[in-house]
Amino acid sequence: MVKQFLMNLLLAFTWVALTGVLSYSNFLFGFAVGFLLLWLMNRNESDHRYFTRVPKIIGFFLYFLYEMIRANIQVAYDVITPKFFMKPGIVKYPMNAKSDFEINLLSTVISLTPGTLILDVSEDRKVLYIHVMYLRDKDQFIQQIKDGFERRLLEIIR
Amino acid sequence: MIDILIGTLCTIGAVAILIAAIGILRMPDFYLRLSVTVKAATLGGGLLLLSAAFYFPEEVSVTTKAVAIIFFLTLTAPVAAHLIGRTAYFIGTEKWKGTIRDDLAGMYDKETHQLGSGDNEGDNISHPSS
Repeated sequence: MVKQFLMNLLLAFTWVALTGVLSYSNFLFGFAVGFLLLWLMNRNESDHRYFTRVPKIIGFFLYFLYEMIRANIQVAYDVITPKFFMKPGIVKYPMNAKSDFEINLLSTVISLTPGTLILDVSEDRKVLYIHVMYLRDKDQFIQQIKDGFERRLLEIIR
Repeated sequence: MIDILIGTLCTIGAVAILIAAIGILRMPDFYLRLSVTVKAATLGGGLLLLSAAFYFPEEVSVTTKAVAIIFFLTLTAPVAAHLIGRTAYFIGTEKWKGTIRDDLAGMYDKETHQLGSGDNEGDNISHPSS
């Protein structure tokens, strides 16, 4: 996993050195070419985790971007129109994430989505307290986070 | 083509920051203000930096700095928001009258600052009946 990532990085830098153009787009292109090359070479080996994980990370990034833009538009609409549509509330969210790193990433992602804000993590690390701006139904909200952010995030990390 | 992209990114970023500024004035209570501000400021600043990175495509130093700033902005802004929100709740900042649910009420131990999860009743964290 780490070995393949370092190899991919090395291939990307080799591409940059060979083409002689040091820019972000060229580096990313080199990374993509290196990824393709490694994928072709590693098809018969047993460890496929790196090759399923990179597309998942890109997918998670796009999903996060989509959620962020959607929620931003919702919040912006509420800010600039005279009437308030929001129903704020503080929800107790039982999380599946266990280690410090997982909790940190999950709470960062939830905090960055507009309309939701982490207030605190419980002492025994079982529960997050989330301040939600548009709370229609508590169970529906918990299910939405569980199926959306948490499942995708844990798929990547674990 | 790249001009249109830069213009779009700049405009969206500036509008996001503007809406955050209006949101500070208009939102009825502290938590909603915090909620509106932090994310919109991160998004707006990130988009402005991104457009700066696209404006200087051949200068690696600019792009690297922009990416580094975006990275640390997204890493640190939620932490700050979390700490401010936690402190505000702990000292009892009032919530808006439209708040429909509060699961955090009575979960804090005022002496030790510990926060219970409410799942196991055997621990020594007090649970007021309210």
